Amino acid sequence: MTIADTLRAEAGKRILVKDGPYGTAIQKLGLAEADYRGDLAVTHDQKGNNDLLNLTRPADIAAICDAYVAAGADVLATNTFNANRISQADYGCEDRVADINRAAARIIRACADRAAAADGRPRFVAGALGPTNKTLSLSPRVSDPGYREVDFDGVKAVYREQIDALVEGGVDIILIETVFDTLNAKAAAFAAAEAGDALGRPLPVMLSMTLTDLSGRNLSGQTVEAFWHSIAHVKPLSVGLNCSFGATELRPHVVALSRVADTLIQVYPNAGLPNDLGEYDEAPETTGGLVGDWAATGLVNIVGGCCGTTPAHIAALARAVAAHRPRQVPRPAAALRLAGLEAVSFAA
Amino acid sequence: MSAAAPITADAAAVAALAPPSAPAVNEVRDAAAVASFINIGERTNVTGSAVFKKLILAGDYAAAVEVARAQVENGAQIIDVNMDEGLLDSEHAMVTFLKLIAAEPDIARVPVMVDSSKWSVIEAGLKCLAGKGIVNSISLKEGEGPFLEQAKKVMRYGAAAVVMAFDEKGQADTATRKVEICERAYRLLPGIGFVPADIIFDPNIFAVATGIEEHNNYGVDFIEATAEIRRRCPHAHVSGGVSNLSFSFRGNEPVRRAMHSVFLLHAIRAGMDMGIVNAGQLDVYDAIDPELREACEDVVLNRRPDSTDRLLAIAEKFRGDGKAIEKATDEWRLLPVEKRLEHALVKGLDAFVVEDTEEARVLAFNSGGRPIDVIEGPLMAGMNVVGDLFGSGKMFLPQVVKSARVMKKAVAHLLPYIEAEKTEGSSSKGKIVMATVKGDVHDIGKNIVGVVLQCNNFEVIDLGVMVPFQTILKAANDEGADMIGLSGLITPSLDEMVTVAAEMQRAGMTMPLLIGGATTSRVHTALRIAPAYKGPVIHVLDASRAVGVAGTMVSDTLKDELVAATAREYEEIRVKRAGNAQSALVSLADARANGFRPDFAAQPPVRPAWTGVQTIDDVTVADLIPYIDWTPFFQAWELAGFYPAILSDPVVGESASNLYADARVMLDQIVAENWLRPRGVVAIWPARRDGDDVAIYEGDNRAEEIARFPFLRQQVAKREGRPNSCLADFISPDGDWLGGFAVTAGDGIEAHLARFKAAHDDYQDILLKALADRLAEAFAEYLHERVRREIWAHENGPKQSNEELIREKYQGIRPAPGYPACPEHSLKRQLFELMSVTARTGITLTESFAMLPTASVSGFYFAHPQASYFGVARIGRDQLADYATRRGVSIEQAETWCRPNLD
Repeated sequence: MTIADTLRAEAGKRILVKDGPYGTAIQKLGLAEADYRGDLAVTHDQKGNNDLLNLTRPADIAAICDAYVAAGADVLATNTFNANRISQADYGCEDRVADINRAAARIIRACADRAAAADGRPRFVAGALGPTNKTLSLSPRVSDPGYREVDFDGVKAVYREQIDALVEGGVDIILIETVFDTLNAKAAAFAAAEAGDALGRPLPVMLSMTLTDLSGRNLSGQTVEAFWHSIAHVKPLSVGLNCSFGATELRPHVVALSRVADTLIQVYPNAGLPNDLGEYDEAPETTGGLVGDWAATGLVNIVGGCCGTTPAHIAALARAVAAHRPRQVPRPAAALRLAGLEAVSFAA
Repeated sequence: MSAAAPITADAAAVAALAPPSAPAVNEVRDAAAVASFINIGERTNVTGSAVFKKLILAGDYAAAVEVARAQVENGAQIIDVNMDEGLLDSEHAMVTFLKLIAAEPDIARVPVMVDSSKWSVIEAGLKCLAGKGIVNSISLKEGEGPFLEQAKKVMRYGAAAVVMAFDEKGQADTATRKVEICERAYRLLPGIGFVPADIIFDPNIFAVATGIEEHNNYGVDFIEATAEIRRRCPHAHVSGGVSNLSFSFRGNEPVRRAMHSVFLLHAIRAGMDMGIVNAGQLDVYDAIDPELREACEDVVLNRRPDSTDRLLAIAEKFRGDGKAIEKATDEWRLLPVEKRLEHALVKGLDAFVVEDTEEARVLAFNSGGRPIDVIEGPLMAGMNVVGDLFGSGKMFLPQVVKSARVMKKAVAHLLPYIEAEKTEGSSSKGKIVMATVKGDVHDIGKNIVGVVLQCNNFEVIDLGVMVPFQTILKAANDEGADMIGLSGLITPSLDEMVTVAAEMQRAGMTMPLLIGGATTSRVHTALRIAPAYKGPVIHVLDASRAVGVAGTMVSDTLKDELVAATAREYEEIRVKRAGNAQSALVSLADARANGFRPDFAAQPPVRPAWTGVQTIDDVTVADLIPYIDWTPFFQAWELAGFYPAILSDPVVGESASNLYADARVMLDQIVAENWLRPRGVVAIWPARRDGDDVAIYEGDNRAEEIARFPFLRQQVAKREGRPNSCLADFISPDGDWLGGFAVTAGDGIEAHLARFKAAHDDYQDILLKALADRLAEAFAEYLHERVRREIWAHENGPKQSNEELIREKYQGIRPAPGYPACPEHSLKRQLFELMSVTARTGITLTESFAMLPTASVSGFYFAHPQASYFGVARIGRDQLADYATRRGVSIEQAETWCRPNLD
């Protein structure tokens, strides 16, 4: 049984729980620049380079992961949202990308194996790929709409480097998350497929889109249905939404995606919308209640938390979904499903 | 295949591809067939469009992007992009163009077909597509290895693929070869995980009638191969480039168009479901000259050895025709700009209006004039012609609304210039503030009146729907309006209009108040609204009267006369009413004693196959089209007559046919692009009659009552033998069942209405609203049939035709709150709560119980064979008091709800 089969089998029995964020958890540690850089010979100011902590503060990262495990998480992501060559360039750490990802994967692998050995329940390690801070579909120059800062092959290579290191460190799954530009995600998925070719086995992929406005489109302008049509070829283990807004605002879009996607649905919202100070203050019970309602109406298979959620939130939503049956994966009729910014289906 | 088979649905398929002005085909039943042909735009193809090629070669990408935009606006569901030109760096051109259109949301909303004979160009294109597009094409030309290698890449980039019938031996020409190659590809592709639904076969359309005998059967080969491929390769699609077929008739467009239409008719019937077609280059099959059509049939189907010669022999005759047409089309472009604007306004053509308006503006500027002069000069002159034609019955509403669209585009172009001058706007004939009153959401009629008034140089301040009186009064004062126009569709709006009138009086206003809308009437206006306001109050029957009334109201000489005449007329109505002109009422007790008594012994209630509440979400617009009752659609546009006879009516036939053709085109788009999502809910409860109430229960033992619906009874004195009916009469007191339903076809409509609004396109806006209303009614009809046949299953026997359904030739009824048998709207609230309508369908109720989206229907099901529709009409104070008690509300509340049935 492949790891994907195991996950599908578990997801058939119950709603699985994904962990919470690293960013806000690391913030709470109150680390100084010196803590970030450790004894690495790096030139730039490293404060805020959370990915580097996989090398310099591995115990802190493991502790965050353990807290999510204790809260009931089954799917554990690596702390590698910005561990790619494009994002690390801001810290002058391009050449440490492979090291960071290998280390990150090993930390979470160890936590997951320990947890599984303790209670016999499988845990899944997902290597997290962020969107990078460059977009393939949009021009940063207002007067030159045809201009692009990066190209498909370049982005694909950046992702391939990260994926190879994550796999080497022991991840089970590649999680392409916070997708604001579908073309970036397609490049990442392409890289994962090629990495799978090199490994001689398919590398399971999870995809998670983020919405930039309440009308339900991502930054490159696609609706959730169009996003699904555009990435369905990846045959992802799960597809879903993360970040964006809180669970309340996300609900209609979860409904829309849940209706069309013939794979597992994974959603991890923020702890509500930020308050006036930019802080997330939704109580764990509130998030739990909202996510529990998704579960009650059969919308989801995997739930977790994004910005502002804590182990308490993860525990609350794990409790809230425990009693509910997982969403039934629909079997849509064969059709030619295409997409521009909007989705179209033509009956086959 | 049999060549001379009769054609109905297929003719519609071709009609659907034809330009909107084409006459419609009447006997269309199979809407799914119409919707199933996918039209791929070919204007952004350098090999197919000389204009596009010129732009790309010149590096004018901005203009090239506009070509793509126009194509999407004109309804292309997919756009084909091809840069295969020897003088071009095709890869670079492809990438540049795709990146540019990605930045245009109007264009990027549709999928792209990346078209090239070079794999490197295709791959470069795929790297620019965020969405899921189509590769055109891959084939077995180089053998299985390269074919599968490319197919694998196509999958990795997330695209579908056109697979051409081409193998190591060459391009397939015979049906056998076409089928053999396609089937071979079909068997290979699943091996690498390629989904069959993502395969689009192109079995090659070759030129026929070339004079070379071997070519004569190419049309038949394609059509036969198509049928066989669809049979052997489930879920795969068949496409083709149609213009190749008529290559030998280059320069003779009428013949080419006829050949394409004839060919598509047969190819679509055989299963071709996609094609690169210039929709403007097709004729409606039925409209082709019979002689030409026959000759084309012979050629396409290779029916006789001398087919080519015969077509050649008559081709010249039709070429002349075509040229004459083309010349006529072009000729108006040679007219002076004022005449061009007039022509565009009268014909409703918006293609050149912006450039013509600009030309007129520059002309005005050069001669010392101002931008406003263009509006007051040529544009108003053109609209006056439209107004005269409309006034004299030579133009009809749909055409006028199209003219208005042209006008709006012209004005929108001029507005920035006018604003830059910072001068006052045009001195219009008058200013009217219009609104649909609070609690009501219906605005088709109001919008039509607004458009017609604008066409006649009135400035219309449209406040929209659900407008409270404060807003209406404030706008009228702030804008210095000459009059106010109120509209409403549901009966509670009548009361709200009285409120507005009273508030106008309180505010000391004197401007005229115009009343319109489906439930309004001269009588109600005279009895209720006019007495509340001392200023002029006039009921306006329809849009065509609106111009006359509004025009008179701003005329110094005519106004007083009309105001006085109307006041006299309304006074007469009031006097007549006060005098005993009304039919007598019997007491409620007597009315009950004379209630209708179904024969429950002979026809006992039928136990439903199912009870409970269920959501209906498996219905598509395509399912509903056959259930549409078209007659009210034409009524909405003030075209009188019954469908389908109206299409050939000597007076309005042409206008009705054009409108109908536009409606079918939009319906196809609604279906193909999923504009509207029908959603509904149905319930059947155990019930029992209790007096004039129907009590409903949780369980079959009828022990736990969960709600009751009180109904109103006819109280007008009846002739001997005629009952005083009440809906409760149709339910047995000894145990029965009552059904409920709510359906909507309006989910999703807002985005499209916003789009039309942004494009100043009232015509499409009203068209879509009117269609959505029809679809909601069709949904109610469809669902009732499902209830009668499956869900309740109280009816058997042969299914009724749509005509029979329209004439209510079915068993049981589905009365709706707010309609004559059940006139009291507030029952909707109860019905909605019991069925969780809002949660299940998204339909909400306003304070006046209007449903939102407006394209919604809700009501009850009564299954007894003797149940029939009737009108409650007037009720007495005794019933009002009784109803208030039964409903558990104050007399005042009940009075408000039942107002239209009192007095």
